[in-house]
Amino acid sequence: MYEITEKIELSHSVYIFKVKAEKIAKKRKAGQFIIFRMNEQGERIPLTIMDSSNEDGTISVLVQEVGKSTGLLCGMEVGDHIADVVGPLGQPTHIEKFGTVVCVGGGIGTAPVLPIAKSMKEAGNKVISIIGARTKELVILEKEMEEASTELHVTTDDGTYGHHGFVTTILQKLIDDGVEIGCVVGIGPVPMMRAVAEVTRPYKIFTQVSLNPIMVDGTGMCGACRVTIGGENRFVCVDGPEFDGHEVDFAELTLRNRSYLKEEKIAMEELTYHEGPRCYEKGDSDGR
Amino acid sequence: MDAKETKERMKLPRQPMGEQPAKERVKNFYEVPLGYTPEQAMAEAKRCIQCKKPLCVGGCPVGIDIPWFIKLIEEGKFVEAARKLKETNGLPAVCGRVCPQEDQCEKVCIVGKKYEPVSIGRLEKFAADFEREHGEVMIPNLPKWTGKKVAIVGGGPAGLAVAGDMVKLGHKVTIFEALHVAGGVLVYGIPEFRLPKKIVEAELDYLVKLGVEIELNAVIGKTDTVDELFEQGFDAVFVGSGAGLPNFMGIPGENLVGVYSANEYLTRVNLMKAYQFPEYDTPVIRGRHVAVIGAGNTAMDAARTALRLCPEEVSIIYRRSREEMPARLEEIHHGEEEGINFRLLTFPKRFIGDHEGRLIAAECVKMELGEPDDSGRRRPVEVEGSEFTIDLDVAIISIGNGANPLIQQSTPDMNTNKWGNITVDTETGRTSKKGVFSGGDIVRGGATVILAMGDGRRAAASMHEYLSTGEW
Repeated sequence: MYEITEKIELSHSVYIFKVKAEKIAKKRKAGQFIIFRMNEQGERIPLTIMDSSNEDGTISVLVQEVGKSTGLLCGMEVGDHIADVVGPLGQPTHIEKFGTVVCVGGGIGTAPVLPIAKSMKEAGNKVISIIGARTKELVILEKEMEEASTELHVTTDDGTYGHHGFVTTILQKLIDDGVEIGCVVGIGPVPMMRAVAEVTRPYKIFTQVSLNPIMVDGTGMCGACRVTIGGENRFVCVDGPEFDGHEVDFAELTLRNRSYLKEEKIAMEELTYHEGPRCYEKGDSDGR
Repeated sequence: MDAKETKERMKLPRQPMGEQPAKERVKNFYEVPLGYTPEQAMAEAKRCIQCKKPLCVGGCPVGIDIPWFIKLIEEGKFVEAARKLKETNGLPAVCGRVCPQEDQCEKVCIVGKKYEPVSIGRLEKFAADFEREHGEVMIPNLPKWTGKKVAIVGGGPAGLAVAGDMVKLGHKVTIFEALHVAGGVLVYGIPEFRLPKKIVEAELDYLVKLGVEIELNAVIGKTDTVDELFEQGFDAVFVGSGAGLPNFMGIPGENLVGVYSANEYLTRVNLMKAYQFPEYDTPVIRGRHVAVIGAGNTAMDAARTALRLCPEEVSIIYRRSREEMPARLEEIHHGEEEGINFRLLTFPKRFIGDHEGRLIAAECVKMELGEPDDSGRRRPVEVEGSEFTIDLDVAIISIGNGANPLIQQSTPDMNTNKWGNITVDTETGRTSKKGVFSGGDIVRGGATVILAMGDGRRAAASMHEYLSTGEW
């Protein structure tokens, strides 16, 4: 059992949880993820690790209530326990001195971008970050991203905060302004990552995206998380989660992530029946 | 036993095993064979002629003293029979159910030369079940701690065999299991109706009572590496990390929604209990027309599992003919009884999806058998112009596995072959890295529970020798 030691509400139905998991805290590197299972009946759900602390042996994960499992997790309080937490899984982000790195976070995708921005800066890069959200109250981790970056841009789709527009608008502007970009890291909803990859493609700028497919074991056994990368089948749990954005078949990923929409609805109805009505927006577990 | 008695015994009829009727059992996940009654078991045991040089023992990958345990059953000493079994086989209730006895002990049974062989597997199952159900499981006296600590990577059949042997030899044993429950393929792969999970739980419970520690959610290669296990004070490591990533065919449409690997499909249903969705949270697409590609034991497990999720049709698609099907005859027979449609000499060329990327059909082609290939089996060749389409909303690919890369990636000084399987000395299970042993599917690339257990037992013997002498 894994104890929750801290719970912070970031915005509506978005929380950061600190969970006691000493070995994972010690081991994890930027870009890696865990799989959690709430209880005996629970699903195995992947979540990116946002931060860790060796002092108190905790890892931080950001969760958005999007389905039954994330809903149950978001209902937990400090002192409660999660049945299973396993990790750190996946390959760490490719960190090196590229010169200038642009880190793009869309929605709660900003959470997994944060440790990468930190590591990229520690590796001696100039880090320009762009974080975007639909509206002002959904902008998260602005202060943390500011600290982790050399330069920060904030965008909102509705113009209620920061730059009015999309993250890709700023990215395109940086390119047009002649900024020499060595690498772009883009994490967020699939359409956003796809758009980021399309912006950089003509300029052949190395673009890493972090994929979040459905997983079951997450340790290289079941093959649920396969995606087509450069025409070949790759397994996100052991080969990823980060891949060259110019090679990813985003259309296929989008369809595969919708595999169980009907079942998710049934599961939610069960939950609603047992625990009273709740309101959810559809998305996957990282809210992408 | 004189010649006359031998002759009489050989003429005794083989005791039939009661089963749930096919029509009933496809509606549930309960075990299919009902098991012998004590009277039946004693009658079947009487068919054993107690050979002076029993061939059956040589036919068993772990060398169980088969005539001895059968003799005990004949005398009504069921608990003693179970204990005799456990001297050489830590998991008799499992092996009695899932071993391919017809290719091992029962294949070489002398009685079987003229009549039907003694039902060794059913007797093994009977004795082990009797001991468990009558609360007679005995914890043997263990020797004093040797001062040595052993780490086992993977709580599947190979690892459990090593754990049982090593703890009985006085070593401290810790199993590191990646999933949230130990048992490996016994819990994620083999379906409930073939191996009830309460039996696996009882076997794990027995090991824990012997003092084996099981650390769950520990992915060696990630949470800790093999080298870190040594740093933490373990004196030897056994790697039994099991089957790796599933193979796919590389045909168009394989990533459509509704196309599963057998590993994923079985894991969802068995380990995550998707057949009890939404009581359990993990879903599986049930489908109306289900096809399993492949004809091994895993394919049969997947097909028979699919049948129990109430589709209109479940078929096995296999490119060769019935004779070449690698699954156990008993499994094929069970599948036929339950109504699986065998589309033999057939192979899919592509999967077809709808606008939402969901599988709706497969285009298949007829095959015919040509000249024998390297494996000695006749090579299937496409019949030109024989393409046809079948409706399909779930396809389960069951054509084997590659190697799991996690341990190798993090243990570069341990040799693997070109497919990523760990290379070992087959007699001792020793790898190229000092103190590290390996066995089961991560070495063999896909075999059976009992072969993995045999690997584990040989590795344990060699590990004990290494820990006693320090010689590598």
